[in-house]
Amino acid sequence: MEPRELARGTGLSVHEITVSFAGITALEHVSVDVAPGEVLGVIGPNGAGKTTLFNVICGFVAPQSGALRWRGEPLGRIRPDRLAALRIARTLQGVGLFPHLTVLENVTVGATRFRRAGLGSALLGLPRSDRDERALRERARAALAQLGCENIDERLPGTLPYAVQKRVALARALVCEPELLLLDEPAGGLDARELSDLAKLVASLGSSVAVMLVEHHMDFVTSVCDRVVVLDFGRVIADDVPRAIQQDPHVLEAYLGRDADTGDGLGAEARATDARG
Amino acid sequence: MRRLGGSAALRRSTLLRSLGLVAAGAVVLALVSEGLGAYDNLELATGAYYFAVLAGLTVLVGVSGQISLGHGGLMAVGAYTVVLLIGNEQWALVPALAAAVVVTSLVGIPVGAAASRLRGPYLAGATLAFAVGLPALADKFPATFGGENGLTINPPTPPSFLGASFELERWEAWIACAGALIVLFVLYNLLHSGFGRALRAVRDDEIAASLCGLRVGRAQTLAFILSAGCAGLGGGLLAVVLQLATPGAFPLELSLTLLTGVVLGGLGSLAGAIWGAAVLVLLPSWTNDLAHSFSLSANVENNLPFAIYGLVLIGAMLVWPSGIQGGVRELGGRLRRLRAHRVAER
Ligand SMILES: Nc1ncnc2c1ncn2[C@@H]1O[C@H](COP(=O)(O)OP(=O)(O)OP(=O)(O)O)[C@@H](O)[C@H]1O
Ligand SMILES: [Mg+2]
Repeated sequence: MEPRELARGTGLSVHEITVSFAGITALEHVSVDVAPGEVLGVIGPNGAGKTTLFNVICGFVAPQSGALRWRGEPLGRIRPDRLAALRIARTLQGVGLFPHLTVLENVTVGATRFRRAGLGSALLGLPRSDRDERALRERARAALAQLGCENIDERLPGTLPYAVQKRVALARALVCEPELLLLDEPAGGLDARELSDLAKLVASLGSSVAVMLVEHHMDFVTSVCDRVVVLDFGRVIADDVPRAIQQDPHVLEAYLGRDADTGDGLGAEARATDARG
Repeated sequence: MRRLGGSAALRRSTLLRSLGLVAAGAVVLALVSEGLGAYDNLELATGAYYFAVLAGLTVLVGVSGQISLGHGGLMAVGAYTVVLLIGNEQWALVPALAAAVVVTSLVGIPVGAAASRLRGPYLAGATLAFAVGLPALADKFPATFGGENGLTINPPTPPSFLGASFELERWEAWIACAGALIVLFVLYNLLHSGFGRALRAVRDDEIAASLCGLRVGRAQTLAFILSAGCAGLGGGLLAVVLQLATPGAFPLELSLTLLTGVVLGGLGSLAGAIWGAAVLVLLPSWTNDLAHSFSLSANVENNLPFAIYGLVLIGAMLVWPSGIQGGVRELGGRLRRLRAHRVAER
């Protein structure tokens, strides 16, 4: 599995990353690339290191070795709060909305990188601060509208159906106009119709956005991903188009080896872990 | 350009709303103070400087999700700053109060920076140490801070245009209320800005907030500094009203009482800080009166106020789990629903 060559200065390149936590090696010499316009799926059994890979990219976990490059620049030891400015957005496993902020406020927080007015004008209530606020709210409304979340601006996340909350979370990620979108289990807990809406949305993101998504739902991965990376015990065991992944003997072994009694391979794994939401 | 109606302009402009609020507050407070005698004007002044402190503390605790057991200590910083500047350096009142805000905010920087790295009991412990340690400094350097007895200043003199018969206590109430209104202005603007929302986001989920581009530690430190500035102003006003700063005026108990005030009033809301200030001023004298009305032995009588105080607090929290302001809001909602129901029945 040679990592594909990226055009210089574009996309994300993860090179030979190793992470260990007190004896457990969560990632071992992991290399992954994502190009603009590409949708990359990251799959693997529970505990394979998928979320850890996201945490390394976001700067929540420092790798013992390896390097990251984003749009040609080294990502170094990046602080999570600098990501939005670098046009990297991430949704969290589950929902991860601010429970006491309204839907509109949640998404407006996602637009923080467009804020211009400073603390001084906020404390004095200057018109400049109000104008800035209106501009951010407009962006948030547009992002909500893009995801079909209208007329719920003033609702609290907890009062909305789970699928709608997940869409709001996606709007909060999209409102910063990311060029790299990291989605941790975006399909968890969604029904068939919601899944197809999500697939359409991911497909519609356009050629400038690179998407990396962690997912257990194999049908969804097969339908939206251009390429799939399979992690097992912190190692990349396959990196190929979805159709080839489904027949890869290493992959089948990684999944079957662990749930031999559930029988039928990837499909069973997908269903077994789906329920966790 | 289309001309905006008054209410639309109010909706759009935070500044118009906060100025309107301050103007309305000033009128009400001036009228109230006009009707009060000397003793009650002192109570009003006390309520006003408590409000300044509680409003800052409710933003820290209720909005930014941090805790401080050290706000009594920060009040002491403000009070000593004012007394030293007015007493020793002959500063005028307004610059001395402004200096109290600045000095206390500066003290708040390291405390806030440390606080933003600490969580739960560790944060409480660190700020507690501050509350206990700071007033002790006054004993340590008696030459500067006057030791146990503290330092005194002359009472402020009402300006002559108010007339020769203008009472000192009323003037003190005006000064303290002016300080409270400034705090109201600044914090109202803050809470209705993107920065207020950022603080609430950080409180709700630090990881999600940082992924949205918010600098979590910086937001928490700023909240602490602002809250410290308010406590400094409150402490400075206390010194002006009492013409005194002593270590005994800022015991650990004060810090705990302040927290009680914000929780009881309703966390995170400025209206709640008004309720909290009212409770802190009125409850002790009510419980005292009540205890003495039973005509019991002196021993019981002297401890009864504390017992009643505690019972009232526990009772209030049971009746209004989200504070007095929470209860008021709920009542408002119920009345509105009732009215909507009546309209629907017609
Ligand atoms: N902060 C941490 N400290 C210690 N161990 C950790 C930490 N984070 C992850 N791990 C360990 O690293 C391994 C990889 O975990 P990770 O969360 O990346 O798995 P995952 O592939 O996302 O699993 P899932 O499908 O269950 O979400 C696991 O063994 C986990 O226990
Ligand atoms: Mg995971």
